[in-house]
Amino acid sequence: MARLILNQLGKDFGSGRAAVSGFSLEVREGGFLALLGPSGCGKTTVLRMIAGFETPSDGSIHLGERLLADAAQSLPPEKRNMAMVFQSYALWPHMSVADNVGYPLKVRGISGEVYRAKVRDALGTVRLADYAERRPADLSGGQRQRVALARCLVTSPDVVLLDEPLANLDRHLKQEMEETFREFHERSGATMIYVTHDQSEAMALATDIAVMSEGRLLQVAPPAEIYARPEGRVVGGLIGRGAIVTLPRPFGDGRALDWPALEPIFAAAAGAASGDRVDVLVRPEDVVSGENIAAGEGIAATVESVLFEGERYALKLALADSQVLRAYTRFPVRTGDSLRLSVRAAWRL
Amino acid sequence: MHGYIKTGNSQPAWLFPFVVIVVLILSVLPLARLAMVGIAAFADGGVMTVLGEASLWSTTYYTVVTAILGTVISLVIGCLFAFLLTLTDIRAKGLLSFFFVLPMMIPPQVTALAWVQMSGPSSPLLKALHIAPPLGSPQPLYSVGGIALLYGVQHAPLVYLALRAGLMTLPRDGVEAARLSGASSLRVFRDIILPLSLPGIIAGAAISFVSCTGNFGIPAILGIPASIFTLPTLIFTKFSAFTSRTFGDVAVLSAIIAVISVVGLMIQDRALRGRDYRVIGLSGASAAFELGIWRFAFTPLVWVILFFMLAAPFFALLAGALVPAYGVPLTFKTMSLHAFEEILFRQAVTRTAFINSLSLAGATALCLLVVTVLAAYALTRRKDVVSRIVSSLIEIPYSLPGIVMAVSFILVFAAPIPILHVSLYGTIWIILIAYFSSFFAVSLKPVVSAFHQLDPALEEAARLSGAGFFRRLADIIVPLIAPAAGASVILVFLIACNELTISALLWSAGTQTLGVAIYNLDDSGSSDLASALSVLVVLMVVVLMLLLELLAKRLPKGVVPWRG
Repeated sequence: MARLILNQLGKDFGSGRAAVSGFSLEVREGGFLALLGPSGCGKTTVLRMIAGFETPSDGSIHLGERLLADAAQSLPPEKRNMAMVFQSYALWPHMSVADNVGYPLKVRGISGEVYRAKVRDALGTVRLADYAERRPADLSGGQRQRVALARCLVTSPDVVLLDEPLANLDRHLKQEMEETFREFHERSGATMIYVTHDQSEAMALATDIAVMSEGRLLQVAPPAEIYARPEGRVVGGLIGRGAIVTLPRPFGDGRALDWPALEPIFAAAAGAASGDRVDVLVRPEDVVSGENIAAGEGIAATVESVLFEGERYALKLALADSQVLRAYTRFPVRTGDSLRLSVRAAWRL
Repeated sequence: MHGYIKTGNSQPAWLFPFVVIVVLILSVLPLARLAMVGIAAFADGGVMTVLGEASLWSTTYYTVVTAILGTVISLVIGCLFAFLLTLTDIRAKGLLSFFFVLPMMIPPQVTALAWVQMSGPSSPLLKALHIAPPLGSPQPLYSVGGIALLYGVQHAPLVYLALRAGLMTLPRDGVEAARLSGASSLRVFRDIILPLSLPGIIAGAAISFVSCTGNFGIPAILGIPASIFTLPTLIFTKFSAFTSRTFGDVAVLSAIIAVISVVGLMIQDRALRGRDYRVIGLSGASAAFELGIWRFAFTPLVWVILFFMLAAPFFALLAGALVPAYGVPLTFKTMSLHAFEEILFRQAVTRTAFINSLSLAGATALCLLVVTVLAAYALTRRKDVVSRIVSSLIEIPYSLPGIVMAVSFILVFAAPIPILHVSLYGTIWIILIAYFSSFFAVSLKPVVSAFHQLDPALEEAARLSGAGFFRRLADIIVPLIAPAAGASVILVFLIACNELTISALLWSAGTQTLGVAIYNLDDSGSSDLASALSVLVVLMVVVLMLLLELLAKRLPKGVVPWRG
């Protein structure tokens, strides 16, 4: 096992616009990287280039010292020692669960007791030992998913690729499978790359998150870091449920802004429409509303919509200059109500 | 470095070139040769001599007239069945559909023979029933009308299938919306269904017309006795009276058939323009209309038509096979299995024909399967212009009349193959190669649709498991497309076994096929033996179709032609 290095990777399908361009990334050995981005941003293309199903039209892919692919040559997928969980699971319908899981071993010429022991182990890990002789068609979605995972477990792949593996599952099953993936990562120690458009999945699973948009890599960082300090509007809008407001440039170079720094610029925003302005990300959990703000203090806002989420109410608030903020409250409010707000913390993008 | 390949493509580098070479040999080479000979005939003035013959023009006239009349008849019958069986709640649809498609699978010369046995003064069946016309009265089928009628019967299933395919995708919610708007059943049919099914009707008419133009079996049996020649039978007789000019002449005649076919297809193209009704919304017009009281009119009608299309000719054929000798009246006392004994155990000619046809059909079906699995793989994985061109090149020999392909292959192999100095002309191999060419498209279609249904991830998962190309083919792909491959083998076997047009030109002593044997027996006056052989052929067709029917549940939609 070794680091996976993507160097200035590009892919053009000949449609005029490159699907991926200038994509450089290093995944440390044993890391769990989530590739996050809206659909159509090129993340699946990156994954398929790592697997070897697509050839890069630019740049190169290395695993440690070994070249996997560049624009001129490519190691075919069957020689890369990788494994993948496909969105459709890709279980072979004509084989039993055990045969599906054992196929990579069979291809490598492993047979007899060693073969049976490894298949049994892999199925045990995903808690499907009793289903060995079933056909994939007889299993539920979550069980099929676990068979696909067991097929990755059975050999020791250098890299495990996961292509939106939870997209077809319901919410309850999703949480259970997230647990399984985390366990799987801890046990196998394999480098894992996980493609998803669901930020909560990425946050819950990965040790690092790479955010992509329109074929480009925008930011790579651990989940907590990327949540606290996103770079640019796209990442800020994609991670969490924050609102981005445009405000006059605050005093100083600090990007983490507190209420004393925010109060004057919110007040100024309502007045002057022009001047030097910046994008500021305000997370709903940092917006405080309520009676403890004295009249005339704080920011005035009108409730645009209220959504009851069970443990709280999610509000969409319009400021005086009709920019939008989001907030949570414990108590119900009505659409059209006027509120006074303060903002504990915000991040300049 | 070892093991690297140029692209991430899943195909080995040799695969696509291999497919291209096969297509060049089977499709491009024969047609290019035909074109060359035709052009040479032009250059030395041979064309003028051919075009100057009065017989050519009467032949072309008969070809076009019979084809147009035949198309009209097939349209009437085909549309009636397609509408009734697809859109109404008529009973026993599956059975009706199976029976209605049967005539398409039966060799045309057998159909012709059966109808001759069913009508006219010497019909054993009519005589046994004491309703035969008086001796000396003419056989009504030996006429332009007779040829056209049988064309219609033979090709009505083609119209039915083309129209049915369109009707199956008819928007059911569109029909329901029209109903809710207040339209009566008849108005819905006239305002919604008829316009939407026009493309299917046009396509069916075009296929039927082209098939009529190239048909050999029917005009050979019905036309030649009455000196009514169509272009395919004229080519056949030119070969029988071989002269130094024959090659040039038949090249020109084939070119005329090809031109008529292409004109037919161009008219279709013209008619279809602006009629691309992509169906939106829920499709599947299952029983949009209830027949109600009309059931008592339509149900007998379709069964009566089927009786005259299928049952009556078959019983006539059977009666013809059971008469002890020509002219002897058939009763329960005189009935004998003599003819069956003769063809199965005594006649070397029919035994050879059986062996030839079965081995030719088997070899064609199996060898083509190997090629088509590779070709389908290569063509479905590549989505560029070249692969589209290759796909249409595979289609051409099947869509051209068989006689054109037969002539082309004669022209290619008339002289020994250069370098190898082997002559294929007159051997069974030339028939085999012509079959490969003509039935490539038949073999390819089910396999391609199976590949289209296959999730590419299934193969990609095998690649990541470390399986190389042949390993994946054996472990993953072939097992998954096996039902379609089986269907492909049966379909090709069925069609190749019954084929006459190609082998009629390419056979020589010892290489006759079943189709040729039936024709020759009938031509030499042994209509009892011809009938017996035909009965066996019909039974074989039914058995093979039933086999397909059994497979149907495991096949992609549209592979078994008569199933929805």
